[in-house]
Amino acid sequence: MNLDYLWTGFAVALTPTNLLIGFVGAFLGTLIGALPAIGPINGIALLLPIAYTMGLPPESTMILLAGIYCGAEYGGRISSILLNVPGDAGAVMTALDGNPLAKQGRAGEALAISGLASFFGGTVGTIGLALFAPALAALAIGFGPAEYFVLMVFAFATLGSMVGSDPVKTLIGCTLGLMLATVGLDPTSGAYRFTFDEPELGDGIEFVVLVIGLFSISEAINILEHQSKGGEIIKVLGRSLARLEDISKCVWTVVRSSVIGFVVGVLPGTGASVASAIAYMTEKRINDRDGTFGKGDVRGLAAPEAANNATAAGAFVPMLTLGVPGSGTTAVMLGALMLYNIQPGPQLLTERPEIVGGLVASMFIGNLILLALNLPLVKIFARVLTLPNWILVPSILVLSVVGVYSTHSSVLSILLMLGIGVAGWMLRKLDFEMAPIILGFVLGKVMEVNLRNALAISGGDLAILWSSTISQVLWVMAIGIAVLPWFLARRMKRLRAIEAKAEAADLPED
Amino acid sequence: MPIFTRKTKMLTCAMVLFGATTAFAAPEKTECLAGAKPGGGFDLTCRLAANSLLATKAIPVPMQVTYMEGGVGAVAYNHVISKRADDASLITAASSGSALLIAQGKFGKYDASAVRWLAGLGADYGVLVVAANSPIKSLKDLVAAYSKTPNDFPIGGGGAVGSQDWMKAALMAKAAGQAPKSMRYVALEGGGAVVTALEGGHIKIASGDAAEMVAHHTAGKIRILAVMSKERLPGVLKDVPTAKEQGIDVDWTVWRGFYVGPNVSDADYAWWSKTFEKLSTTPEFIAEREARGLFPFTTIGKAFDDRVKADVARFKALAAEAGL
Repeated sequence: MNLDYLWTGFAVALTPTNLLIGFVGAFLGTLIGALPAIGPINGIALLLPIAYTMGLPPESTMILLAGIYCGAEYGGRISSILLNVPGDAGAVMTALDGNPLAKQGRAGEALAISGLASFFGGTVGTIGLALFAPALAALAIGFGPAEYFVLMVFAFATLGSMVGSDPVKTLIGCTLGLMLATVGLDPTSGAYRFTFDEPELGDGIEFVVLVIGLFSISEAINILEHQSKGGEIIKVLGRSLARLEDISKCVWTVVRSSVIGFVVGVLPGTGASVASAIAYMTEKRINDRDGTFGKGDVRGLAAPEAANNATAAGAFVPMLTLGVPGSGTTAVMLGALMLYNIQPGPQLLTERPEIVGGLVASMFIGNLILLALNLPLVKIFARVLTLPNWILVPSILVLSVVGVYSTHSSVLSILLMLGIGVAGWMLRKLDFEMAPIILGFVLGKVMEVNLRNALAISGGDLAILWSSTISQVLWVMAIGIAVLPWFLARRMKRLRAIEAKAEAADLPED
Repeated sequence: MPIFTRKTKMLTCAMVLFGATTAFAAPEKTECLAGAKPGGGFDLTCRLAANSLLATKAIPVPMQVTYMEGGVGAVAYNHVISKRADDASLITAASSGSALLIAQGKFGKYDASAVRWLAGLGADYGVLVVAANSPIKSLKDLVAAYSKTPNDFPIGGGGAVGSQDWMKAALMAKAAGQAPKSMRYVALEGGGAVVTALEGGHIKIASGDAAEMVAHHTAGKIRILAVMSKERLPGVLKDVPTAKEQGIDVDWTVWRGFYVGPNVSDADYAWWSKTFEKLSTTPEFIAEREARGLFPFTTIGKAFDDRVKADVARFKALAAEAGL
């Protein structure tokens, strides 16, 4: 296996500027993750145009954004543990055991254990990324338009069954994204679609506009609407060192959860929330003999934290090698590369090793920085939770407007961003998630172009879509993943029915 | 302090007056507008001018490069015509691709005479390539094979139907006696994706530009069958025959240059023309041009204006012929 790119990457990531940028990213990321309102995707969406306007070279921007991404996965646990309010989607499961621990006066220990678990998960994920990226990139040459199309079908199938609680709403969100993706120059025929003779719409809806509108603006409106009513902050942190017995208890949990997190991250369309849920459930099934899970079991705390950090690294694998984002956040990072006119895909690793390598290397370094930041400085980060909304909301709005204007210097894009923000806020009120819209937008473009290219190659013969081995395997996986949840749900129902019966039978004896 | 302020004010007044009466002086500040994202062809064109103008001290302060993305230069074109028609400090990057879009009516309601075409500073040339392991060794082979079984040859390019890459492929198809519209044409994202698709065997022919393909050609990944220039290109491509040498008279020059707003005065237009003319022979400029993989193409003032308009007329005919 050729890991030359990684050494190039370390050379890039270890320059003083990039080290500093990585540190800033990790620090900001932890802050962003700790804030209950904004997650990694909002943070990246906000900072991307700023980094771009500052004239940072692409590899430095990626290092900054990756630092924020990984940092947010660390930071998300802080408010989960202290407030019982998840700082981001990946930290939902962390609250289950983290908050009870804090209530027992072991908040400091919980933060330390979860910090260590995060570090381990992040490192395992990054090792996986470093090893798998070149292997997958080599495989990717076999991916022609037909195979990419089927890969997108697979991605949509995983999305429909995994992201969000309501598959119908997820699919509606995807469809909205797909529809938004059709605006602008038709990439195949060169015709303009839905542009209303407005040249500024010629390139379609800009990615930055859509992301900032959907995530930052709608979030700001959302915060204003629900003026803080979060839980009580636990002030007593207790001892802030992890007990050795707790650590040794968690070793296998963390190993298993890291692997689960990485694998789930690699699958397109699934993110940290899915990974941490699967990891938590798995550990509960394996270890929960005395019913301690959910009441402050350190293993229940370590599992989701290791998993969500490993996911962050895993999600980069398809993004860097195939140009297909593995999560909403990597979709935004993909947009960042395209902002620099860099087309992610199998050629990226050979043509721009400094970008891929720099990113991977910076994630190794970033995890070390994050561990160093998170263990001793956790009290400072905890203070962020007291940031009042009258500072937070205006800052988000100002950064959004400045960011979009500086990237596209057009008033139309600001109006578009505000419009999208309001629409996004209304969709949120209807319990829609924003990530499927973004993924539908990104994947939809790739899907359309590749379908049409595949049919151009075959002269309109649909058989090209299932003629190669790669596409056949992908079809089987797509169908499997679409049917699986339905099957599992039926099985769960049956099991529950049996349990209910058993409980009913138990009752009289009580 | 007030005295100082008044002095500066007077100085500024004098400078403005002086500037207005002597049009041959350099504009105080200059700007180059690139109608796309940084890193693309327009950016490259702007940087070529900005760096070499500063290096040769033709302008006192660095030229600012600004970006206005949209419609491959369409937004910038409309912006210059409607908002900055008389701004003599602004030049805007353009290429033969802009002329092709104008010919197809994709730059809005304006045609090529809506701006003043200023100067072409460098050029790239169209190429047709195949994978290194392809049995096709020359453009002649390709045309012969394509005329028999066009459906065995999916063609990839870095642009949509009607783009420059499509046009180059269409010229080949025409030479083979096949209808351009029935080409199995695949629109990919840029040169890197085209090379990957060739290597993976998903497309059999690719159409692109010499500069983006040279590295892959020398690395042995692909074979350049022909360059679409009047004469052979210098440097590493000197062994690649032109299309004309192989009996197919097609020429595709991808020039890169600038235009200014329609109401820029003759005097200011003359200043820019003179400055570029002087610039084009300096070693600093030649080094900058070579660093960007561009070949000599110095066409300035009226000659450039004529060239662009002739190109637009030619592209209009080609597009009609190709059935667009």
